[in-house]
Amino acid sequence: MSFSKTLKVAWEGLMMNKVRSFLTTLGVIIGVAAVIIMLAVSAGAEADIADQINALGANLIMVMSSMQRAGPGMGGSSVSLKYSDLTTIRNNITGINGVSAEQNSTQDVKGNGTTLSDIAIVGTTSGFVDVHEYNVEKGRFITDQDNDRANKIAVLGYDIAQELFGDVNPVGQSVTLGTVKCTVVGVMEEKGVVGTTDYDNRVYVPITLVFKKFVNARFGGTALRVVYVSAESKEVMDSVMEQLNTLLMQILGTDETSPGFTMTTQDSIIDMRASTTETFRNLLSWVAAVSLVVGGIGIMNIMLVSVTERTREIGLRQALGARPRDVQLQFLLEAVMLSLVGGLVGVLAGVGGSWLFNEFGSMRTELVVSSIPLAFGAAAVVGIFFGYYPATQAAKLDPIVALRRE
Amino acid sequence: MSDPLIEVYGLTKVYGKGTVAVSALREINAIVEKGEFVAIMGPSGSGKSTFMNILGCLDRPTEGTYILDGEDVSQLSRNELARVRNRKIGFVFQSYNLLPRLDAVKNVMLPLLYNSENGRSDAEHRQQAVAALEAVGLGERMHHKPNELSGGQQQRVAIARALINAPAIILADEPTGNLDTRSSEEIMQLLHQLHKQGATLVMVTHELDIAEHADRVIYLRDGEIISDKLHASKIVDLHNGDNGGGK
Repeated sequence: MSFSKTLKVAWEGLMMNKVRSFLTTLGVIIGVAAVIIMLAVSAGAEADIADQINALGANLIMVMSSMQRAGPGMGGSSVSLKYSDLTTIRNNITGINGVSAEQNSTQDVKGNGTTLSDIAIVGTTSGFVDVHEYNVEKGRFITDQDNDRANKIAVLGYDIAQELFGDVNPVGQSVTLGTVKCTVVGVMEEKGVVGTTDYDNRVYVPITLVFKKFVNARFGGTALRVVYVSAESKEVMDSVMEQLNTLLMQILGTDETSPGFTMTTQDSIIDMRASTTETFRNLLSWVAAVSLVVGGIGIMNIMLVSVTERTREIGLRQALGARPRDVQLQFLLEAVMLSLVGGLVGVLAGVGGSWLFNEFGSMRTELVVSSIPLAFGAAAVVGIFFGYYPATQAAKLDPIVALRRE
Repeated sequence: MSDPLIEVYGLTKVYGKGTVAVSALREINAIVEKGEFVAIMGPSGSGKSTFMNILGCLDRPTEGTYILDGEDVSQLSRNELARVRNRKIGFVFQSYNLLPRLDAVKNVMLPLLYNSENGRSDAEHRQQAVAALEAVGLGERMHHKPNELSGGQQQRVAIARALINAPAIILADEPTGNLDTRSSEEIMQLLHQLHKQGATLVMVTHELDIAEHADRVIYLRDGEIISDKLHASKIVDLHNGDNGGGK
């Protein structure tokens, strides 16, 4: 029997039991869709990380003060970096683009007759724009002078500026942060949400102003929790870290055994996140693979039932001249068709599902194009693998016995 | 004028092995000439079904030789037997064995599906099937499905299917077993007609009046031929004896 005719016969066989064929296919549909969606989800997570790298700024070193006190008891002086140390770092370390520190607070923001509740107030320094590669759109950013004098000025995030002032140019207007009235000196460019940080929904002020007005001295006072240092290139990272290590111990008066700070590079954080994502992806891939196998078992199950049900038909076909090979091919093709149709619908469902997650879900997804042939191919393999046994059983039937079966 | 179509020599079929072995056929010798109409009779357990299965190339003999149309088919492989069944044998079953979801034409076309080397197109196959259905008097009901046809009509479809590959022989296994008297008679007339046109027919039956349509009756008992070459009218006593004296 020719292949195309066998194909037709197999298709007619499936159409005999439409509902059953569809339900059997469902297992494969879910499996294939799962593979595509899972890969899209993890690709989305990876893209998020890539964006965070860009948002943080390249070649970033984070110095975290361990905030411990030197010496026993409450009387010891705290070993932490101060705002003034930033200048020391900037002047003494070679190979850096910028240095900045941040101290956050949350306050209501009033301006132009509108009040926005619980807005992140970011106290920072002039180096912020270099470290984060994030620039002002209008006006200017915070200067060293602003910090030296703790000037009551503010730079608005893009969305805040829109919400408070709309089309009016906010530069020169005044806003009230909590109880502190500040003059708007600039508006940042639009940056959007990166990771969990909505850059456009923040207000940037001199860090010294935050220390003075918003942070109770008892909770750390003027200590910098994190200092960001941006190196010029990847090559000088090690050298910069070495210099920092020496300099910071000098500033803090500590030694190797208890330096009073820890340094983390952006790369190490990325590596950690990436390996988490990879674990996540591996796990999801297994789940998807298992669902494909379960779908395959469904196909095998139904094909075995079908062979039993159609024993008489098989016997008749054999009597009329079907070779064992013809019977085998017919049933194998039925199984493969089930899985391929399932694969096709699964690809559509997977692509559609990924899109829906991205548009309406809270998850970012990025369709991995290579996952489509991968999932489709896996479905075909599943069909052949799980269809082979029932088809072989059908081919093995003795025509005499098969014909006699009721 | 000897022109044998079927020759069997020392045909033996044993089921099982060792002490549980049962001989269904014991060294049967028979020759069927081209154009003959032969009935095979015998009580149940006489081995007539086994004989028929071997003649139909559905089963292989344990021992002995079976020559069909000049080809020794005694020990062919399953694939080769399928080819022989397709090209040389037309089956007519007691229960018709039509595929319920196919219409009459498609049922008749089934054997052609497994004879793709004949080089004919699908349209030609269809024409052939239509011609075969017309030949059995079903020209009007080509596109009916089996459940829309009477028993007699279904058996006609089955006969058309048996004829489609122009087989050397038609094997009918109790072809009227499921039919009422009138339909039986019609089917027998049809077989008669085929016989007159030159077809070779071998038919298994347990009804004497059906066997009467054949030229010759081979009577089996306990796996052996106990009577051959006689017309049905000559074996009434034999038949009645095996059937407990009833008709």
